[in-house]
Amino acid sequence: MKISEETVRHVAALARLSLSDEEVAHLAPQLSEIIGYAEQLQQLNLDDVAPTSHSLARTNVFREDEPRPGLARDVALACAPDSTDEYVRVPAVLEG
Amino acid sequence: MSVHTVKEILASLRRKESKPSEWTESALRMIEQHDPTIGAFLTVDGERALERARRLDGEAFDGALFGVPYALKDNICTRNLKTTAASRILESYIPPYDATVAQRLAATQGVLLGKTNLDEFAMGSSTENSAFQLTRNPYDVKRVPGGSSGGSAAAVAAGMVPFALGSDTGGSIRQPASFCGVVGLKPTYGRVSRYGLIAFASSLDQIGPFTRSVEDAAFVLQAISGHDERDSTSAPRDVPDFVRGLEGGVKGLRIGLVTGLDEHGVDAEVQAAVGKAVQTLQDAGAEVVEVHLPHLRYAVATYYLIAPAEASSNLARYDGVRYGRRAAGQSLAEMYENTRSEGFGMEVKRRIMIGTYALSSGYYDAYYRRAQQVRTRIREDFEQAFKRCDVIVMPTTPTTAFPLGEKVDNPLQMYLNDIFTIPANLAGLPALSVPCGVSSEGLPIGLQLLAHWWDEATLLRVGHTYEQARGFAMPLPRMGA
Amino acid sequence: MGYETVIGLEVHVELKTKTKIFCGCSTNFGDPPNTNVCPVCLGHPGTLPVLNRQAVELALKAATALNCQINQDCKFDRKNYFYPDLPKGYQISQYDQPIGEHGYVEIEVDGRRKRIGITRVHLEEDAGKSMHGEDGRHSLIDYNRTGVPLIEIVSEPDIRSPEEARLYLEAIKSIMQYCDISDCRMEEGSLRCDANISLRPEGSTEFGEKTELKNMNSFRNVQRGLEFEVQRQTQLLEQGQPVTQETRRFDEATQTTVSMRSKEEAHDYRYFPEPDLLFVHIDDAWLDRVRAELPELPAQRRARFEQELGLPAYDAGVLTAERAVADYYESVVAAGSDAKTASNWVMGDLLGYLNAQGLTVEASPVRPEQLAGLIAQVDKGTISIKQARDVFKLMCESGKDAEVIIKEQGMEQISDEAVLVPIVEEVIANNPKSVEDYRAGKQKALGALVGQTMKATKGKANPAVVNKLILERIGG
Repeated sequence: MKISEETVRHVAALARLSLSDEEVAHLAPQLSEIIGYAEQLQQLNLDDVAPTSHSLARTNVFREDEPRPGLARDVALACAPDSTDEYVRVPAVLEG
Repeated sequence: MSVHTVKEILASLRRKESKPSEWTESALRMIEQHDPTIGAFLTVDGERALERARRLDGEAFDGALFGVPYALKDNICTRNLKTTAASRILESYIPPYDATVAQRLAATQGVLLGKTNLDEFAMGSSTENSAFQLTRNPYDVKRVPGGSSGGSAAAVAAGMVPFALGSDTGGSIRQPASFCGVVGLKPTYGRVSRYGLIAFASSLDQIGPFTRSVEDAAFVLQAISGHDERDSTSAPRDVPDFVRGLEGGVKGLRIGLVTGLDEHGVDAEVQAAVGKAVQTLQDAGAEVVEVHLPHLRYAVATYYLIAPAEASSNLARYDGVRYGRRAAGQSLAEMYENTRSEGFGMEVKRRIMIGTYALSSGYYDAYYRRAQQVRTRIREDFEQAFKRCDVIVMPTTPTTAFPLGEKVDNPLQMYLNDIFTIPANLAGLPALSVPCGVSSEGLPIGLQLLAHWWDEATLLRVGHTYEQARGFAMPLPRMGA
Repeated sequence: MGYETVIGLEVHVELKTKTKIFCGCSTNFGDPPNTNVCPVCLGHPGTLPVLNRQAVELALKAATALNCQINQDCKFDRKNYFYPDLPKGYQISQYDQPIGEHGYVEIEVDGRRKRIGITRVHLEEDAGKSMHGEDGRHSLIDYNRTGVPLIEIVSEPDIRSPEEARLYLEAIKSIMQYCDISDCRMEEGSLRCDANISLRPEGSTEFGEKTELKNMNSFRNVQRGLEFEVQRQTQLLEQGQPVTQETRRFDEATQTTVSMRSKEEAHDYRYFPEPDLLFVHIDDAWLDRVRAELPELPAQRRARFEQELGLPAYDAGVLTAERAVADYYESVVAAGSDAKTASNWVMGDLLGYLNAQGLTVEASPVRPEQLAGLIAQVDKGTISIKQARDVFKLMCESGKDAEVIIKEQGMEQISDEAVLVPIVEEVIANNPKSVEDYRAGKQKALGALVGQTMKATKGKANPAVVNKLILERIGG
């Protein structure tokens, strides 16, 4: 599987990474090699095999609907790179 | 240099031959002396550690790890103590909460000394992907300590702490344990709470101990195991008494030798050392059987689709909004991209790219879903194998520790090195690495044992029996070239 | 050429749990910003979600009430996208195994029942709220709503007019409220609606190019936004211009829809199973219990009001739209009032007063038993209907019982003949001219005598009784 530089740029955009031309040129063959290696899974016949997303077979793990104390606002906001007294602040979110 | 096990320290404290503060002071001296060379610690919390230890001096011996100094891998969150995951993006992150394991260890009255280096976000096999520093192998400082928990492995190997915690997603405890000549245990998925472990690949990550003996591993596992209501994937199961379970030997136990490992390029010295270890177990009364894991050869490919896919999603939260580092940007989109591009190192970006690609529309079925199906096959292979044996034996790694810089720009080669450790993560099995020899270059070799789900007791018993019977002590590291 | 309107709605409903779906933070609406937050809902490194059982219970109830087939094995998936009000960079939602599928609700259009199909109902977490900062260069984020449990109800494209869309929403709201699943307060965001709308030539079975409509904050605005879109798209088609597939925002000020910045790239949410949560298995016992506990739904109640209480369809419809109103009404009837009389009072004076005051029926100052008490006073003839309406107003203001107010105001009607006879006789004695006129055939003179009697009793005499007593005495 050859992964083009264009695909690398598209995937980087999805992942919100901005890559330099140099990084793109570097990553395209590496990703091609790694994904190419993973292609060997295509050889297997897996028609009736259920996927495993956990190694655990348990179901229905719940918590009860009971309030627990959270973080004080000043503590929560102190972690943020930018905030007001009440809100986390970011560069303007544009419509859409 | 004198190094002590957890058991020895506890015995001395219990007999009042020493005080907690003396152990903490001595550990801090070791760090001061050797860490400038080794680079195991990202943060040493010396003052607070001494304070805690001195407070314990006046108290009666109580908790299970009373007065024992230890370190945590820096992807385990500690309240009010910087936790970076060795990433620029979290370089000054101070968590507002404690990981469950941190809480549990604090409750045993152990003394936390600091946080150890790792590959950024635990992605790597050499600790060279840390954004902050290199960690060197105490047995040969020109070589890697392994990874991703290289700092914890090196700290224990160098005698700075008697135990440390790491995390293991594809071998990140066992491989550095093997490279650094210490014991490393990855528990069954769900045995130890992941709450507070900075996620790499959620369905594979598991926290476990590095120690100098299997017995110590049992002590520490006992302290950190058990159900946690904050982690849905932690199991509500009774935790057996692992320490008591150590005795009893291996007579009658069936040891499974995996056939066909040659194709994976196992170093001759490694093969010989593992062979000798198997002989030792056989001499101790174990029966050796052959087992076959037909899908083992697909493990690396499977892992390098699943782990990056989960990682690409797990790392989406690092956006410079609520915590961590934020880069400048005129618009929100620019801020995001700058933050993430400046904040993540190359290997992290590479894995995010692989994972995003594998999940992106049109590829999900071919890559991610398929990998999950192969995962089922791998699990089934083990189910079959464990019908024939109680414990499976493999080398932990195909080779001993490699030189720093050797594989930095060959990601696939680096990944292929994980072939023997990855299967336990994919299947969720417990696995242990125990030192089983030293190469002609003086580098440690690790024996890997895998047991049935939830059967850490047998795993530790076999490891302990082997350790008692192996007939040599690991040489102390040279801390130099 | 005529066009047919095709509408599908995506409705988000916040579930009425005490705590968020994956952590113990309060879901209370209106608390100061960022006060209901914790490391989990802020997406701090290392934190993990644990599923709130009650959220599943309510979602299951909703899916059942919406006649869905229940996926007894359902799971959660991650929907990956970046937005500052989405702390983890993904929303935990349900992708290919939602809790319910293939359901429907019934609406009544022009007296005909119509079934609107429901494609799916799934459970997910809400995002936070971002608003523009005063400087115009920043946005401010409040994470209190982050992690509040939501269900998304996706309809089939079965809706054929903006009015049907509103009726569908009203039906959904009504069902959610009946089952105590959600408050469905659009102004508080506990019910939100996005619409997909397209036109096609009448008779065509292909779908036309659709637009997605957002930002409609009331049922009325949903209808208006859609009406505007019908108009806009009709015009485009008639002019031979294409409708562009895009997202449009309803602008309340202008009552029009405006195009939102089109996304530079198509969404690629990269769904995959959430590894931090285990599967949910709804066993038969759980499902059976939820089915058994489902309350009478609006459609059933409406039918019962018509059939058992003999109410006109219109009354039954109004009274059952909101569960609380229907409950109130039934309490009035249970306290002994005639069904139709009670209906008139509830639909007329009560709802009129509550609407004018902006009160919910739960907050009514007049309790159902009190209203029944007032009706009883009219039935007994203590006061007239006209007086009763004044008494009702006083009850609303004071919260007092009708009987008390009638006493305080001295409003009891006098029907007791023993009391009235002497007064009537005195009036007759004092007004010989009127008696004479009446006997001479002037009917109006009777009115004058009754009027005198009413005056003498300060208006409290029962006019019917007075009438009878006078006639008995002056012949006729």
